Parts: sequence; C-alpha cells; structure tokens
Amino acid sequence: MADDGARMATTHQRHTRARLGAQTAQPLRRRGSLLAELYRSAVGKKYAMAISGLVLMVYVLLHLAGNLKLYAGAESMNAYAAWLRVMGEPVLPEGGALWAVRVILIVAVIVHIAAAAQLTAMNRADFASRTMRWSGVIVGLFIVYHLADLTFGWLNPNPDFAHGSTAYGNVVASFSNPVVAGLYIVANLALGLHLYHGAWSLFQSMGWSNPAVKPWRRGFAIAFAVVVAAGNISFPIAVLTGAVA
Amino acid sequence: MDLTLRIWRQDGPESPGGFVTYQVTGVSADASFLEMLDLLNEQLTEAGDEPVVFESDCREGICGTCGLMVDGKPHGPWEAAAVCQLHMRAYADGDMITVEPWRADAFPVIRDLVVDRSPFDRIIEAGGYISVPTGAAPDANAIPVAKETADEAFEGAVCIGCGACVAACPNGAAQLFTAAKIAHLNLLPQGQPERDARTADMVDTMEQFFGSCTNHAECQAACPKNISIDLIAMMNRDYARAKLRRRGGGAMT
Repeated sequence: MADDGARMATTHQRHTRARLGAQTAQPLRRRGSLLAELYRSAVGKKYAMAISGLVLMVYVLLHLAGNLKLYAGAESMNAYAAWLRVMGEPVLPEGGALWAVRVILIVAVIVHIAAAAQLTAMNRADFASRTMRWSGVIVGLFIVYHLADLTFGWLNPNPDFAHGSTAYGNVVASFSNPVVAGLYIVANLALGLHLYHGAWSLFQSMGWSNPAVKPWRRGFAIAFAVVVAAGNISFPIAVLTGAVA
Repeated sequence: MDLTLRIWRQDGPESPGGFVTYQVTGVSADASFLEMLDLLNEQLTEAGDEPVVFESDCREGICGTCGLMVDGKPHGPWEAAAVCQLHMRAYADGDMITVEPWRADAFPVIRDLVVDRSPFDRIIEAGGYISVPTGAAPDANAIPVAKETADEAFEGAVCIGCGACVAACPNGAAQLFTAAKIAHLNLLPQGQPERDARTADMVDTMEQFFGSCTNHAECQAACPKNISIDLIAMMNRDYARAKLRRRGGGAMT
C-alpha cells in the first residue's frame, strides 16, 4: 500500500508538470504526421481497415450491378464492358477512368492486407475472427485467379478472348467448366462471410454508433453480404444450368 | 448438496499450475458461489490441506474484486452477475464444476485463482480522472447535466473493473473496460476539458498491455454489468478525433 501511495504521488506530479507545459511547449504538427501517429495505434489500423474495406465494399456492389447485364444478353454485357474503357471520355483519355478505379482498388487492397498483417503481428496470438483470416485468404487467392481468368484472359478458355468486347463469351466459357464454377461459388461464399463480419465491424471501427444507425447495423451487414454473395453465385449457376448460354 | 470441484492450483506466477479435484459436501442451495468456496476451504483446512486462494470483497457485485472462470464462462452461467452473485441453486447435487483464474497475457496468476490486474490501474492512471481544484465541494446542480446524458454516462460508470471482458476476449483485449471508463467521463461536462488527452492517453496505455479488438463482442456477453460494445465504437471515434485534433503529445501523461 505504501508503495502504491508513493507511485500515485509521483504520477500526480508528473501529470501536473505535463499539464502546465503541454499546451505551450509542443510544436504544431502537420496533419500528415498526425495521421501517421493515429495509424501507429491498433485503433488507427482498424480505421485503415474500415476505410479501405468500405472502398472495396462499394466496388464489389458496383461490380455486381454491372455483371447483372449478363442476364440482359451478350450485346448488353459486351457494350457495358466496352463502355468501361471509354467512361469519363472526353474529359479523360480512353481507359483513364478505368485505371483510376484500378489504382484506388490496388491501394485499398494493399492497405487492407497490410493493416491486417500488422494487427496480427501486434496481437501476436489470434487476430481477427478465425473466419476473417481464412475467408480473407480465400478471397485474396480467388481475386488473383479471377483477374487471370476474366481481366487478363491468361487462364480464360474462350478462344476469341479480346479485351473489352467479348466479356459475355469469356464468362460463359469460363463458367461452363464445373470445376471453375465451383471455385467461384466457394469463393463467393467466403466473400459473403467476410462481408458479413466486415460490414458490421465497419460501424464499430469507425465509431458509427449513434441511435439512428444502431438498429440497422446487423441487418445491413446481413443484407449486404447476402445480396453480394447470392448475386455473384447466381452467375456460375445460371451458366451451368443453361439459363445463360 | 455434494459437489465435485476441479480447481486450478498454482503456487506462484512462475510455478506450473494444474487442476486438482476436490469434493465439497453439505452445500446449501441458498449459499453463494463464494460461500461454497469458503465451505470448501473450511473442509480443506480441517483436513490439513492448503485452502484455495481467491479474491473477494463486497460480495454484492459492486466492487469487481472477485472474478473466476466457472466452467469456461467468466463469472459463471448467470447473465449480468458477478461470481459473488451466482448462487448454488444454479447447480444440482453431484454436479462437477471447473473453476479457473482469468486467462490473459496481461493478467499473470499470482496464486491459485488470483491474478494481477494492475494493468487496469495503469490505464486509469493515464487519464481515468478529471482534474479539479481542491477545496469545498461544488454545489450538486452547479453544472446542469441532461437526464439522457447522465444515463448514458452511467452505463459506462457501472464498470466494476473485474476483468471479465479481458478474460472473455480471444485477443485478451481491454477495449470494453477502457471504453467504459472513457465514456463515463467523456460524456459528462466535467470531462470535456481533458477529453482528447484522456482518450489518447488511456487508449495508448491500453495498447501497451493488451491485445486489440476484433469485434467478437465476447466481452459484452461476459460483462456482469451488461456494458455495451457501443461504448467501444464511441471510444474509437473519440480516439481518432483526439489524435487528429491534438497539437502534440498528451496533456495527461
């Protein structure tokens, strides 16, 4: 107890000294270094995860919305794919807007993974729902395959693969293989789980807990995850069952 | 009723521990869980054995001194109750109960069921107070506080600092404890002048000792005071604001 008392006294003196000096002695810092200081903490890294995750959530929803053109037929889908390359013209050069989006996505993915890795290292033991880790890894590996398949065309079985004009044929050719279709289905189930925990965590990490938002958080997370996962899974199923050919 | 107890015995922080099985006889259904342990210790003492070391003080759920893992659940099976408020009518004759100390990196076992929770003290020292000039107590109504605000602050103030949140967390994080202590002061007018410094310093101190939050909400489920993880969201928001608004280091450390 005596020991405790002595420590309290010194702590209190330290506080008093610091309070007297702090307001005048500290130099003004630039906002950049304040952000860096915020990022140094685990709470700050969670902000980085939440904001990059939000960017990716918006993208994944737009991606789904665009892909629904698959149900409008080959012409509609291919025209949409071609438009992605010229959107923003004439203000932007061809492919300009597309590349801007790609750069934003690449940065978001890097931030998301880097923050996750650093949090894991900080926590030593068990960062994240185990679910988040394996679902994140599955989604990450899937994206690599997905890009090689439908963006770059390296692994796409469509003999007529061409950038920006044969999207419909590329998708149908790819999903006609049951193994590939199964891979897409499994990956999107993992994405659904990842989005469910992620969309809910977003509110918590960003500190959005005001009474207007509170009752909607869980429902929003479930709805978002189900819409994205079910929408994406419907494409390989539609191709496999011959609804889209 | 007669019960079989599997209790964690450990001589000190460095010595290895293990479960030891005991029989306790003649337990009343009206006894509290801690009274049952008292009875066990009487029976152990009579038999010439070392009694089991555990902590308790108020035994009415307001001091936060007691805290045991009972069958893997912090404070046992009852919701919103500290282990001292758990009564033996929750059990039946012949039951086996496993009793462990809190398991967390930041809380080393001192002996048997007692852990060192002093990292909580470090967090409080970092900013869990308001600085006021000493002297005569101010009038109770000198600073008006809205009823809603008082209620919200009270939701944080009910934290008894038992450590169940840390023990329940898969990351051994102290987010719920720290958030409750911060919310209690940050919501009241008296807490405003030091709001930014308090939040930044308490969170930074917390992160020195504990893991970080991954939104499992296990802490909320374990809390004997039913404190909501909404307070953690509030702490996150206050922390970002504090870090981005402050010009330099902590005013409180």
